[in-house]
Amino acid sequence: MQNHKSGFSAFLGKLVRQQYFIPLTALVLLALFNLIADPAFFKISITTNSAGNAVLSGTPITILDYGSELAILAIGMTLVTSASKGQDISVGAAVAIAGSFILRMLCGGDSSSGTLHMPIICAFLLGCVVAMLFGAFNGVLVAFFKIQPMIATLILYTAGRSIAAWFNNNELPIIKDATFSYIGGFIPGIPIPTPFFIAVLCMVIITLVLRFTNLRLYTEAVGINENSARLNGLNPSAIKILSFVILGLCVAVVGLIKVSRVSSINYSVIAKDIEMDAILAVALGGNSLSGGKFNMATSVMGAYIIQFLTQTLYKYKVPSEALPAYKAVVVILLVVMSAPTVREYFSNLMKKIKVKEAA
Amino acid sequence: MKKKLALLLVAGMTMASVIGCGGNSAETTAPAADTTTDEAEAPAADTAADTADTADTADAATDEAEAPAASGELIKVGIINNDPNESSYRTANDADLKATFCEENGYDASFAYSLKNEEQINAAQQFIQDGVDYLLLSAADTSGWDSVLQDAQANGVRVILFDRTIDADPSLYEASIVSDMRAEGDKAVEWMKSQNLDEYNIIHIQGVMGSAAQIGRSDALTETAAAEGWNIVMEQTANWNAEEAQQIVQSVIDSGESFNVIYAENDNMAQGAVAALDSAGITHGVDGDVKIIGFDTNKFALEELLAGNWNYDGQCNPFQSSYINDIIKTLESGGTISEKTIIMDEKGFDAETITQEDVDTYGI
Amino acid sequence: MILEKQEVDLGVSEDIVLKMRNIHKRFPGVYALQGVDFTLRRGEIHALMGENGAGKSTLIKVLTGVYTKDEGEISIEGKTVAIHSPQQAQNAGISTVYQEITLCPNLSVAENMYIGRTAGIRQNWKKVNADADKILQSLDIPAKATQQLSSCSIAVQQMVAIARAVDMDCKVLILDEPTSSLDEQEVAKLFKLMRDLKARGVGIIFVTHFLDQVYEVCDRITVMRDGQLVGEYVIEDLPRVQLVSKMLGKELNDMDDISGEYQTYERKEGEAPVFEAQGLASDSGIKPFDFHINKGEVNGFTGLLGSGRSECVRAIFGADRVTHGSVKMNGKPVKITKPIDAMRNGIAYLPEDRKVDGIVGDLSVRDNLILAAQVLKGFMKPFSKAEANKFADEYIKLLSIKTASADTPIKSLSGGNQQKVIVARWLLTHPEYLILDEPTRGIDVGTKTDIQKLVLKLASEGMSVTFISSELDEMLRTCSRLVVMRDLNVVGELTGADMNQSKVMSTIAGGEKKNAES
Repeated sequence: MQNHKSGFSAFLGKLVRQQYFIPLTALVLLALFNLIADPAFFKISITTNSAGNAVLSGTPITILDYGSELAILAIGMTLVTSASKGQDISVGAAVAIAGSFILRMLCGGDSSSGTLHMPIICAFLLGCVVAMLFGAFNGVLVAFFKIQPMIATLILYTAGRSIAAWFNNNELPIIKDATFSYIGGFIPGIPIPTPFFIAVLCMVIITLVLRFTNLRLYTEAVGINENSARLNGLNPSAIKILSFVILGLCVAVVGLIKVSRVSSINYSVIAKDIEMDAILAVALGGNSLSGGKFNMATSVMGAYIIQFLTQTLYKYKVPSEALPAYKAVVVILLVVMSAPTVREYFSNLMKKIKVKEAA
Repeated sequence: MKKKLALLLVAGMTMASVIGCGGNSAETTAPAADTTTDEAEAPAADTAADTADTADTADAATDEAEAPAASGELIKVGIINNDPNESSYRTANDADLKATFCEENGYDASFAYSLKNEEQINAAQQFIQDGVDYLLLSAADTSGWDSVLQDAQANGVRVILFDRTIDADPSLYEASIVSDMRAEGDKAVEWMKSQNLDEYNIIHIQGVMGSAAQIGRSDALTETAAAEGWNIVMEQTANWNAEEAQQIVQSVIDSGESFNVIYAENDNMAQGAVAALDSAGITHGVDGDVKIIGFDTNKFALEELLAGNWNYDGQCNPFQSSYINDIIKTLESGGTISEKTIIMDEKGFDAETITQEDVDTYGI
Repeated sequence: MILEKQEVDLGVSEDIVLKMRNIHKRFPGVYALQGVDFTLRRGEIHALMGENGAGKSTLIKVLTGVYTKDEGEISIEGKTVAIHSPQQAQNAGISTVYQEITLCPNLSVAENMYIGRTAGIRQNWKKVNADADKILQSLDIPAKATQQLSSCSIAVQQMVAIARAVDMDCKVLILDEPTSSLDEQEVAKLFKLMRDLKARGVGIIFVTHFLDQVYEVCDRITVMRDGQLVGEYVIEDLPRVQLVSKMLGKELNDMDDISGEYQTYERKEGEAPVFEAQGLASDSGIKPFDFHINKGEVNGFTGLLGSGRSECVRAIFGADRVTHGSVKMNGKPVKITKPIDAMRNGIAYLPEDRKVDGIVGDLSVRDNLILAAQVLKGFMKPFSKAEANKFADEYIKLLSIKTASADTPIKSLSGGNQQKVIVARWLLTHPEYLILDEPTRGIDVGTKTDIQKLVLKLASEGMSVTFISSELDEMLRTCSRLVVMRDLNVVGELTGADMNQSKVMSTIAGGEKKNAES
């Protein structure tokens, strides 16, 4: 009999409907392409960095390193998308604010001193508070004033970088402390980039939070049916604000990593357009951008896929002028694949195949 | 809980209003005489530092400061610039303009900032309506300015371009004070040539594609590289962004290709590139394997040169105000400008020869 | 046969402005209009009445071109017309003024009156303004042509909409619940305008929930029920109680059949009511009302659609913003301003509109089921997977909910099963006082009986239940006390032997019947 075969196509059909389908397919396609074109893409070697530590090096490590910032933002963006049925487009500017504030705290207003005026952890925690306040500001606009999230966050999107510059009187503080550079680089003795550790830590935390609190149920309920959520005793406004505050926390973490990478900041270009990549990560993860149910793991996968794509394009030396076009084509392909009509078509196709096999 | 919050809010608002009042009273009580002398001296000192070689410009500025006291009439200028937060170049540029075009120097200046051409054009029209005497313009985009400049001419507003040129008939403006990005690039490439390396394997990190700085600095390298047979290992835009530059260099390191020069079109990108080298343990600078070239003479960049971590940094002079001041002075006294396009003096610094004094004088 | 096809003398034929004959309209799964006739004469105000699902809004939409009829004939002044779009309806002389103003608030009154039918950009606005002022004056509408529309009161805006319709030379004017957001004086003004138009020979179709208004202003009434025509009546020939009985589909003389079947309830001495409200009112418009319910009692709010029965229970639960009144639970004063307060005090509320307020569509049956209990338990204390599964399995079995699994999204269940999940959701919170607002609407007969039985069982176990249904039978079978509402007011309370259809309907109808207690 052909039981195993139809079982297989049934499995395929089921797979197509899975939320993991899109990000997994994208990942497999990118990996296959690189494997065929140049297997050296996946080579990982051990080198010694300028501080004299043995560290891992190679494209996969680079992807994990630079994709981590996006992954952290994708966590917050997923929650905001779910609860508020919209996206925060101010995260790039907010990263600038958080990064600038952390630098201001560290250098204590003396932009060229290079010495730390307070422990990094204190500066970071203060940065978290600031970023969460800005998140709450966005949240209040969305929750109480019922402004469309994209419109509400447009305010900070426009003003954020100026605020960031204002924190440091428009100067460029430079931190010369070596420990500060560990955050965006490597901790001595550990060969894996620190940003990846931080991202993993964030993922573990959010997994625990989703596991041991009702964050998921509340957020999804508010995102799907606000009326019903309210009549079940929830406070939709509070939950929306909470999602923006959590995104603020993610923003602070990313701000810290970003300013640590080069121990400095450029207000106008730091984390530029990162909000679009973060939103794209959520979409690539198969999450509906109009809110409701979400899958955190696929969003994080989406973030690393975007970085994978970027590295692939760098690797093949796509000309600068054409870079955005290539990215756009890939994005269109991925997003079209995630469109319900296309997925419907694929699952119908699977059914047809199944019918043929049965015949 | 709610009450506490309300209390906090009220407290915050009271604070804010107190601060607001404080600011006002400080302004009103500040002795007018003091400010005048302070400010009048400042630009003179600035200009002296900026264009160290021309002593007479410094004089002109000082004259200028005294002139309005006699005539009592302020020259109205409308200044359209890019957002000062865009880069430290722009910050220095804006500060320089603000210091020169102040009331104490005989100017009534209004400023408009935008990175968008349409918004700049709107601002220009507004200035023309307001009846400014001079329109100083650093255009976001090179095209689209003809009609508004014709309006300006029709209304007797004289236009001076600074920092960036535009695609318009030269008769529409009095003068254009610019940096020659191509010359900056040529200077840097000339320096590279003078190093007589055995081979040239270059990572070329470009700015935002299509910007004047990118085009000038890229062309200089591309043409010389073709002529000299230099190998461009990687040519990619990092959009003036340090982290993007870091990723690009990282991707070259990952690919295992060898390189010995990084030509970054601004200091931020050079900084990002160096961060990537550091994490891969590749040496750079005077005694290192990789030569680092940056642009814009940011203070941190010059310090890196001084420390021998980088090799070369090209200046992009942001201090146009003294030049503009000279031109306005000449025009007001009935003189004519012989040369429409004035290219500013720009330097290139070599890590071998840079001094602490250079860092203090030219760092922005 | 519940239908009473009454032949009415249609009068002189030239007086007839609109005639709809044998109109059929089918939607997937619903036969919305089953051969309905409707006749409107020149210069009359004609009420179109019916409860939920009667088909009156479908009929209006067919007439205004929003829907296209499947069968039947529409004629205006004797000429058959084809109406396939709102534009065609307008051209045929049919104008509609909806409850929600559909004008542009930031344009002037004149612009609103002439929008869409001006002479392009070459418009002479001076003349337009003068014309508009003339019409406004002739209709005695207190507005100026150049005034911005949003600066007028809602009532005036509505009159402007009517003026626009009149100026477009309409023969048939449809007023769809125009009075629901107006106060008494504004209603009086609107009625004056309607009478003026009537004198000018316009035929007006008036859709409203308010019985008093029907009897104040209308000449004729057409009653519909379940997609069918019940009949057309001259207002003098149809006493209120008759109208109510026709709308509800109950003959007044049927009552005896079920008399004596009513539920009784004996309150134990010295026991404070489980819930007690005094002078409760919310921002939904209901007038302050008193209410109480005892332990193990089942009572209900009854009244026609729009009479305010849902608004009452929403105020009890804190679902609308409570503006007046005090509340006690078991004799102790409590404060209920939002749903969670009510829930913490042991009140549960199954909302009227299952889709909009009840289910969380994309979530699984299990998540929907545990939602309220979970919220009560707290953010930091989620039910374990095992617990959630246990609850789901338990209630799926208990209420025989038909679902593929507890993981199935609730939106893929049938209406009846969705409703059972929502009932289960609230039972899981172990409430002292359960409010069920239309739990049986739009669900199959089997489930209806299940729910009624469940209510009685819960009450016998000591739970207090407020039960609301549009179906009077159901209310009479389940409740031991009925609070009767009319036009957003509580107008009576019936218990014991008074719990029969004729008494309920006469109380609902009010007016000439004096035996309504209140």
